Amino acid sequence: MATSEVKVLGTWSCPYVNRAQLALKLKSVDYEFIEDIPLKKSEILLKYNPVHKKIPVLVHGEKPVCESLIIVQYIDDAWPTGPSFFPSDAYERALSRFWADYIDTKWYPLVKVVRQSEDKEERRTLIEKLSEGLVLLEEVYIKCSKGKPYFGGEDIGYLDIILGSTLRWLQVTEIVLEIQLLDQNKTPQLAKWARSFCSGDATKDILPETTKLLELHWKIQDFIKAGYKL
Amino acid sequence: MASNEVKLLSSWISPYVLRAKIALNIKRVEFESIPETLFPKSDLLLKSNPVHKKIPVLIHGDRIICESLVIVQYIDEVWASGPGILPSDPYDRAIARFWAAYIDDKWFPNVRALLVIEEDEAKKATLEQITEGLVLLEETFTKCSKGKKFFGGDNIGYLDIALGCFLAWLRVLERITDVILLGETKTPLLFKWALDFSSEPVVQPDMPDIDKLHEYSKGFSQRLKAFDKKKK
Repeated sequence: MATSEVKVLGTWSCPYVNRAQLALKLKSVDYEFIEDIPLKKSEILLKYNPVHKKIPVLVHGEKPVCESLIIVQYIDDAWPTGPSFFPSDAYERALSRFWADYIDTKWYPLVKVVRQSEDKEERRTLIEKLSEGLVLLEEVYIKCSKGKPYFGGEDIGYLDIILGSTLRWLQVTEIVLEIQLLDQNKTPQLAKWARSFCSGDATKDILPETTKLLELHWKIQDFIKAGYKL
Repeated sequence: MASNEVKLLSSWISPYVLRAKIALNIKRVEFESIPETLFPKSDLLLKSNPVHKKIPVLIHGDRIICESLVIVQYIDEVWASGPGILPSDPYDRAIARFWAAYIDDKWFPNVRALLVIEEDEAKKATLEQITEGLVLLEETFTKCSKGKKFFGGDNIGYLDIALGCFLAWLRVLERITDVILLGETKTPLLFKWALDFSSEPVVQPDMPDIDKLHEYSKGFSQRLKAFDKKKK
C-alpha cells in the first residue's frame, strides 16, 4: 500500500503516539508522520478526532482510528501477516487487555502527576503507589514472558508496546525527582526488560531521547508557572 | 471445580455485570451467579480482583477475568462457535471499541454524577452533557446499524451491550430528575433501539426491574456520596 494511505497524526514526545509508530514498524507498514502542533488543535486533528481532539490518530485510507490502545489492536487486526501482538490463548489475551487498561488508567497517569507536583506529601504517596504498581507489573512480566525476553514471549507484544512506550517519561521523572522508580533491586526482571526494550532495533529510533524529553519537561514547567493551561 | 464451570461475581444493580450476563446469554453458556454484597466487599471479591476490587468477575474453571469489556471480549473469543459479539471487520471493531471506551470514560461518569450532585447549576450542566453524548451516539448508531435493529446489525453486538446495560439506570434517573434523557424527539433511533434491546430474550430476563431499581437508588445515592468522600 502506498505510504500516503497510512498516516499517523502525532508528536515525537507523546508515548501514546510512539505506540502507534512502534506497532506499524513491527508490522513493516510504511506511513506518513504528520507532526501535530503543540498547544493548538489543528484543523486536521479536529477533522479526524472531533470527539476527543487528541493525538494519536491513525488514518488508514482516510478512515481515522483514535485512542492508542484501540489503534494498536487495529494495526494487529488490519495487518495480520507477521507475529500477532497478542497471545493465541484467549485467557492470556484477556490478561494483556486487563493489564494494558491498568497501566493506562491506574499507573501511568501518576507518572505525570508526581513529576509536576510541588507537594512533598503528595509526591511521597504517589511514589509509593508507582513503586507498588511496578512490583505488580514485575509479577505480570514473569507470568507472561515465561522466561523469554518480552511480555509477548520471543517477540514484542501488546503489553511490551503499552508499557515500553512509557519508559522514557518514567526516566525523566526519575531524573527530576532524583529517585529510582524502576529499581534494579525491587524489580530486577522488569528493569532488565526495560533496558532490552529501549535498546532494541524496533524501538530505538522511535522512543524519544531522554535528554530531549527532559528539556521539554522544563519548558512545560515554565509554561505552567507562567499560567498557561495545558 | 470442573475445568469448564463458569461463575460470575455479580449484583442485580450493576450495569457492568449485566454486560457479562448478556454476553454469556448470547453464547448460551450456563453459569452460576454469585451475588456480591458490595457494602462491605466480600473476601471472594477482594481475593479474585485485588487490583480493582470490583464486579463483575468471571471465574471460568481456574481462570479469573476482570473488567466488564475485557470479560465480554473473552467470552466472545472462548465461545467462538456462538454468534459473534465483536464485528469481524477490523475497522468496525475499532469503531465499536472506540465508542465503548467513550461510553465508559466520558459519558457514563456524567450519568453516575447525577446520583451525587446536589447543586442545581451543576446538575443542569451534567444533564446537558448526557444528552449531547446521546446525540453523538445516535449518529454512531445510524452509521453502525446501517438500517438494521442494533449497533451490531441484525443481532446484538459489543456496542449494544456496552450502552444497553445502562438503560435501566437511565430510566431511573429520568424519574429522579424528571428530565427525559433518552427521548423520541432528540434521539428517535436510539429511543427505538432501547425498546428493541430491552425486549431481546438475551437481555430481558436479566435487566433490572425499573421500579425495584428506583426504590434501591434512594439509599444508594447516600452510599455513593460517602464512598466518593472517602476516596478523596
